[in-house]
Amino acid sequence: MSGLDKRVGSYAEALAGLTDNMTVLAGGFGLCGIPENLIAEIRRLGVCGLTVVSNNCGVDGFGLGVLLEDRQIRKMIASYVGENALFERQLLNGELEVELTPQGTLAEKLRAGGAGIPAFFTATGYGTPVAEGKEAREINGRHYILEPAITGDFAIVKGWKADHFGNVIYRHTAQNFNPMVATAGRITVVEVEEIVEPGELDPAHIHTPGIYVDRIIQGSFEKRIEKRTQRA
Amino acid sequence: MALTREQMAQRVARELKDGYYVNLGIGIPTLVANYVPDGIDVMLQSENGLLGMGAFPTEDELDADMINAGKQTVTARKGASIFSSAESFAMIRGGHVDLTVLGAFEVDANGNIASWMIPGKLIKGMGGAMDLVAGADNIIVTMTHASKDGESKLLRHCSLPLTGCGCIRKVLTDLAYLEIDNGSFILRERAPGVSIEEIVAKTAGPLIVPDDVTEMTF
Repeated sequence: MSGLDKRVGSYAEALAGLTDNMTVLAGGFGLCGIPENLIAEIRRLGVCGLTVVSNNCGVDGFGLGVLLEDRQIRKMIASYVGENALFERQLLNGELEVELTPQGTLAEKLRAGGAGIPAFFTATGYGTPVAEGKEAREINGRHYILEPAITGDFAIVKGWKADHFGNVIYRHTAQNFNPMVATAGRITVVEVEEIVEPGELDPAHIHTPGIYVDRIIQGSFEKRIEKRTQRA
Repeated sequence: MALTREQMAQRVARELKDGYYVNLGIGIPTLVANYVPDGIDVMLQSENGLLGMGAFPTEDELDADMINAGKQTVTARKGASIFSSAESFAMIRGGHVDLTVLGAFEVDANGNIASWMIPGKLIKGMGGAMDLVAGADNIIVTMTHASKDGESKLLRHCSLPLTGCGCIRKVLTDLAYLEIDNGSFILRERAPGVSIEEIVAKTAGPLIVPDDVTEMTF
C-alpha cells in the first residue's frame, strides 16, 4: 500500500480516530447521496456528544436519524430538519441543540472551510433571525452579514466511483453537498459504490480530486427513496 | 371566485419568458411547470443541484440518485446539468436565476417576506428560501390573500420572523396580483368575479388601487 493508496479494509478502519465530542461533516441532501454505511458505523462505535453538520438529519430510523436513537448528536447544524419525529422530541426536550443555517450559506460555509477562507459576506439572512450576533456591512449599497466557514474533524462522503488515489465522481443529484464536505474535513472518508482501476476515471471529469480524500472504502447501499413520485 | 391553486399556477406561468432559468418552490409554485406557455422553453432550477428538471419518472426511470429540492424523484431533461449545492447557490446568490416563485406566510408593504418560522410551533428550518429571496431580482410570491380565519397576509409589517427583507415586489394571491413599491401594495389584477372592495378589506397593509385594475381571465 503506497501513501497515495487511500483504500481501507473495513468500516472500523475508515472511522478510526473518531471520538466523543468531535465535529462530523456529512454529505447528502435528504436521503439522497448520504454516506449510509459510515453513519451506521458511527452508530456502532457509540461515540457521543457529536456536532453534526449536514443539510438534513435523515429520517426516523435511517440516515443521520439513527444517531439520534442513542443520543449521539449534541448539536446539529442544518438547513432543514422537518422530516424527523425523534429530532423534534429531542429538540423540544432540550437534549439536542440545533443551528439552522440557510442552505446556500451552509454549502458556502463548507466550501470556504475547505478552501481556507475563514468567513465571507452574504446578503442571505440579512435582517432575519439568522443575522443575530453577526457582523453586518454595507458594500456597494447592499447589506451583507459575515458568515464564518465550517471545518470538521471528520468528513463523511458518499461517492459513486473512486480510484485508490481518492479521486471521486458522484452520480446525478447524489452529488449535492458531498464535494464541499469532502474538502472541509481534517480526515475525509469517502464510501463509494465501486472502486475502479486507476486510469478508468477521466481526469477532467473528477468531481473531488484525491488530495482532499484520506480514506476510501467500497460499500453496498440501500439508497432509500424519501418521496417516491412517479408519472403514469 | 378566488383562484384555485391551478389557476394561480397558470397566472404565474404567464410571467415566464422564452429562455428563462426558473426556480420553483414547493406547493403552488411547483404546479407552474404544468402551464409553461406553448412555444417557449424554460429551464427549471432545483437548488439541490440540478438545472433542467424534467418530468417525474416512470416506474422504469425511478432513480434514488435523481431528486429535486422537494426530495421527490425526478428526471433530467435534455440540456440539463448537475452540480454541487455550492455551485447551485452560486447561481442563485449570484443573481443568475431569472425568476423565482415561492410561497410565504406573510408579505409586507416594504417587500419583507416571512415564510419559514412560526414562533411557538416547531421550527423545521429555512432550507434554501433565504438564499433564494436574497439572491433573486425577480421573485413572485404565491399565497392565499388571507388566512382561514380571515386574517390578512398582506401586512404593513410582517409579524413573523423574516426570511428576507426588502426583496419582494410581486405577489399573486388567490384574490389578486399585486406589486409592491415605495411602501405600498399596488393592485394590478383581480381574480375573476372578486370585487376590489373584498381585496381592500382583506389587505391590511397600505394599498393603492389604480383606475386600470384588470380582471384576470382563464
